[in-house]
Amino acid sequence: MKTETSLALSDYVLHLADNALVLGQRNAEWCGHGPILEEDLALANNALDLIGQARLLYQYAAMLQGEGASEDALAYLRDASQYRNYTLLELPHSTALAPTARCERDYAVTIVRNFLYSALMVLVWEQLQVSRDEQLAAIGAKSLKEARYHLRHARDWLLRFGDGTAESHARAQAALDFLLPYTQEFWTATEVESAALASEIALDLASARPQWDMLVHDAVLEATLVLSPMHGFVPTGKLAVHSEHLGFLLAEMQSLARQHPGAVW
Amino acid sequence: MTKSPANSAATLKEWPLWEVFVRSKQGIEHKHCGSLHAADARQALQMARDVYTRRQEGVSIWVLPSAAITASDPQDKDMMFEPAVDKIYRHPTFFVIPDEVGHM
Repeated sequence: MKTETSLALSDYVLHLADNALVLGQRNAEWCGHGPILEEDLALANNALDLIGQARLLYQYAAMLQGEGASEDALAYLRDASQYRNYTLLELPHSTALAPTARCERDYAVTIVRNFLYSALMVLVWEQLQVSRDEQLAAIGAKSLKEARYHLRHARDWLLRFGDGTAESHARAQAALDFLLPYTQEFWTATEVESAALASEIALDLASARPQWDMLVHDAVLEATLVLSPMHGFVPTGKLAVHSEHLGFLLAEMQSLARQHPGAVW
Repeated sequence: MTKSPANSAATLKEWPLWEVFVRSKQGIEHKHCGSLHAADARQALQMARDVYTRRQEGVSIWVLPSAAITASDPQDKDMMFEPAVDKIYRHPTFFVIPDEVGHM
């Protein structure tokens, strides 16, 4: 019999894991298609970092759940309605009104998303590395180094796009306008997050918001872009209610594991 | 960001070439390991990290503009290097190194 605390913790760990895996999968879509060779490798590195984080988190979640749970089953055999990632992370690399994964990919969307997310995760991992939970603290310490590099990489390109050509500026601004409203989801506490916070395992995201605002504001200003006010629909991905895109992403990502259940190398 | 004369299509297509040197561990010298195109030094450094140190190859990276290197002409090879071939007395191989000196 699992205690309520450990179930709340495993849900919280799954939320972190799903974030990492879904964005890792999206970034991996650039593998072999990068705008230049160096960025192709950079995005593949980034994706592998994220998938590595996801593995550690899924292993931990599986341990907490017990009863035969495994990292593979958590990653490959759950449906969209069980995934708890932010909606921001599942969107295709496009600002089209009705984008699909087959739309022409826009690197500005990839960069802006990585920037918004890694700016958050640097703060999250900083706090979690001193979490009362030893496992999360260890994963946080490892992931913080990776997130710091992801932030530097994305911020650097954001500046180059914003302060680059008229075309790159317009695309970066469009990506920012398109993605920024999705970040509202960062700041609405779910029951799972509140429970994790109450047991002093997770951080109080609200306390991280001023820092995140400043990180984003400074970079956007330096990139000569503008921050549009956020309002409207608040996405609900972390409550497992997603956009139409996650199902397609998972279908592709899980196809092998589902076709060959239990297959090993 | 640099307000260079960038922004023209030609400039963007002609990112300069950079030579990359990686130090594999503390105390060892930086070794040349390749080159890449990048818009400026900072970007070259970042790209070098992603291209050349993915498999734990390094603890430090240098990049420098390839244009800053003055190289010897391969055609001068005979004149430059052949004369040294038969002057074996320039190698200190006739000395016996005491054991206590160790590796030299």
